[in-house]
Amino acid sequence: MTKLNSKIPQGPVAEKWSNYKAHQNLVNPSNKRKIDIIVVGTGLAGGAAAASFGELGFNVKNFCIQDSPRRAHSIAAQGGINAAKNYPGDGDSIYRLFYDTIKGGDYRAREANVYRLAEVSNDIIDQCVAQGVPFAREYSGYLDNRSFGGAQVSRTFYARGQTGQQLLLGAYGALSKEINKGSVKMYNRHEMLDLVVVDGKARGIITRNIVTGQIERHSAHAVVIATGGYGNVFFLSTNAMSSNGGAAIRSWKRGAFFGNPAFVQIHPTCIPVHGDFQSKLTLMSESLRNDGRIWVPRKKEDAEAIRAGKMSPKDLKEEDRDYYLERRYPAFGNLVPRDVASRAAKERCDAGFGVGTGLAVYLDFAAAIKRLGADVIKARYGNLFQMYEKIVDENPYETPMMIYPAIHYTMGGTWVDYELQTTVPGLFAGGEANFSDHGANRLGASALMQGLSDGYFVLPYTIQNYLAAEIGTGPIPTNTPAFDEAEKAVKDRIAKLLNIKGSKSPDYFHKKLGLIMWDNVGMARTKEGLELALAEIPKLREAFYKDLRVTGSNEEFNPELEKALRIADFFDMGELMAYDALHREESCGGHFREEFQTPEGEALRNDADYMYVAAWEFKGDGQKPVLHKEELKYEAIEVKTRNYK
Amino acid sequence: MDLTLKIWRQENAQAKGGFKNYEVKGVSKDSSFLEMLDVLNESLVDKIESPVCFDHDCREGICGMCSLYINGRPHGPDDAVTTCQLHMRKFSDGDTITIEPWRAKPFPVIKDLVVDRSAFDEIIQAGGYTSASTGGVPDANATLISKYASDLAMDAASCIGCGACVAACKNASAMLFVSAKVSQFALLPQGKVEKERRVQKMVAKMDELGFGNCTNTYACEMECPKEISVSNIARMNREFLGAKILSGEKV
Repeated sequence: MTKLNSKIPQGPVAEKWSNYKAHQNLVNPSNKRKIDIIVVGTGLAGGAAAASFGELGFNVKNFCIQDSPRRAHSIAAQGGINAAKNYPGDGDSIYRLFYDTIKGGDYRAREANVYRLAEVSNDIIDQCVAQGVPFAREYSGYLDNRSFGGAQVSRTFYARGQTGQQLLLGAYGALSKEINKGSVKMYNRHEMLDLVVVDGKARGIITRNIVTGQIERHSAHAVVIATGGYGNVFFLSTNAMSSNGGAAIRSWKRGAFFGNPAFVQIHPTCIPVHGDFQSKLTLMSESLRNDGRIWVPRKKEDAEAIRAGKMSPKDLKEEDRDYYLERRYPAFGNLVPRDVASRAAKERCDAGFGVGTGLAVYLDFAAAIKRLGADVIKARYGNLFQMYEKIVDENPYETPMMIYPAIHYTMGGTWVDYELQTTVPGLFAGGEANFSDHGANRLGASALMQGLSDGYFVLPYTIQNYLAAEIGTGPIPTNTPAFDEAEKAVKDRIAKLLNIKGSKSPDYFHKKLGLIMWDNVGMARTKEGLELALAEIPKLREAFYKDLRVTGSNEEFNPELEKALRIADFFDMGELMAYDALHREESCGGHFREEFQTPEGEALRNDADYMYVAAWEFKGDGQKPVLHKEELKYEAIEVKTRNYK
Repeated sequence: MDLTLKIWRQENAQAKGGFKNYEVKGVSKDSSFLEMLDVLNESLVDKIESPVCFDHDCREGICGMCSLYINGRPHGPDDAVTTCQLHMRKFSDGDTITIEPWRAKPFPVIKDLVVDRSAFDEIIQAGGYTSASTGGVPDANATLISKYASDLAMDAASCIGCGACVAACKNASAMLFVSAKVSQFALLPQGKVEKERRVQKMVAKMDELGFGNCTNTYACEMECPKEISVSNIARMNREFLGAKILSGEKV
């Protein structure tokens, strides 16, 4: 059994990163010119890494699936980015951000990585301001902060409800500067379809040009995947339509272990599902919970009357409303972490108190509007309210918003060590694509922090420790057997899908898979449900390979073919998630097994048996993956039961 | 709702395109415009016909990938939304809806309703950034920026780069797009160091790529899904003139 080496540096947690940087290998400027790096993805992690590698003097090839690097899905993040600046003077520190993140992740994240994340969080804010990111400011001219779930301090920097957009455009600017300089070559509308491993090292990728269908070989001395999460396994999620698990699954099949696939974040405040034709779900930022109060009717008959349209929520008296988060968690109230808020909403709706279709709760701003005035609320959340009104056709200034949990983010991802290197030497993973920092639940405003941390401040250091041994390697040829084999495998996969000539579209299968996943590997999981999913997914895959219809050919712009390729990978991803969820007989963070809960319905962790990262190894198609464990040791933090009461 | 769709079909960049009519039935008024097209495409796959290609990604109005010229308006009949946030309740049962790609020389058609907008990337690459490298920058609160200037910069920075301004303009001018980026940085102290160089480089690239001039019809502002103001164009003109006349640095 391969032993996982997390390569955590020696010394106290607060000194590890400084020690690492002081002793790591570097590549000198003249040698950097001889080294090629492939970066897949142009979001916060990928874009920031590609730009920073270019600045350092490496030759970078950067790939994105969209028509421009500026469209990566990091752009959709709304609320903000955390940092331990303590500008408001409310008691924040690097240690507190570290502590909150570990606790928020329900003690399933690697301590050393999280401390480093908290440490570089402050550099990120400085960097973004230098790039001209227009963060919100106070009249004094200083930066403004707001609060997010799972924290008792205000440490979130924001740019209205478009923080992700502004941070991504900052990284895109840096990337554009390097493209202009010639250090980064950009490949738009290209999708990575395989990883090429030569003599045990990641040496390149096979891509498909989405416009022409051409299958291309690209080589490098190291490959970074920063392709985001796999939430679209569920079909309906807050992810972008093209977000997929392809790069992760392909890397997995080439030897990169996959960490904690079951850890999926279900975001509590999304616009509820409206109908069968729905293609995606829209998030309403967590920042809304700063001023909005979440409630359902206290009496079942009122909930029934509202669902039947016989009563308006505005008719309900204060004492007939159940502000269930404030009731259950008085210390954190509406700002409990996402996993807790999501489960509480599900619990109320399952008990028959839901509104709308029955799968919705209210997020009410009436009290805040009364206290602060509609103008203040508009200045804080105007664009979100507008978005809500366009989608739902109701004015949230007058009628409470309806929200329900939805798949949002995947804490699990490709397993990486402290250097963000996978189990395949030379293959690195950054941002949401890796598993490392959020444990079993991610706190709000921490995804942007982690993406930029990996991209600007971690990978540009750690990748050099690997590349220092590559300075004498010379250019990597693409006419070798490993590239031949990988290219052929891609072409065979495409031909197989095109030749089925069945009767059902890719979306038909994707929706079916999504339903299996949501029902059995979603917000509440059981042994029976997970076993059912593991029985159903192979059946659906079989049907897919028998009855799929992909119109058109490979040699053209063909979105149906793109979808089919991604769904084929989602079957593997879905199974992997179910295996992981089934084996982890405890509840922690976003992973809730109904068998393991306290009498009050809170998650019941089992630290004695499960305080480890589950890293899964691919053993062949149709084979059960093999589990490896990375034990988690907490030295700087006392492990406690998570309590937000 | 039952609808007739008149859609521009074009095999590839070289092919000659044309309109084709389609019927879609039973569309929910609560679905988005793109979900309506999903329904159409599912029905085309059922009939083994080639689905209509269109660009889209986030479907929440922020990535800027969706386009579509709907009944003669970029992003369709609703104000301040992208096509993905346009909902079918803005149409009526029995309507005929005309759907075309962005039409502008610098945005060639790739297929059907998909166009190539890499010209926008090229303009940004010419100078739409501050040249700060990673690391070695001062504390974020070391520079005070007035809330007013910061808010104005944010207004300009909200641009999603969708290209509706170019599609709306009879001259296919990119002035609103370029001026939004120029303004964001001209308003902030971090951007001031390079402001003369930036505006000259970006305008030169915009001209080189074949975008037209602004003749003050304000159609761009009307159709911008993020309501970017034409006052940015005035600011860019001022910056450009200042750079050309007063700056020693010619680029």
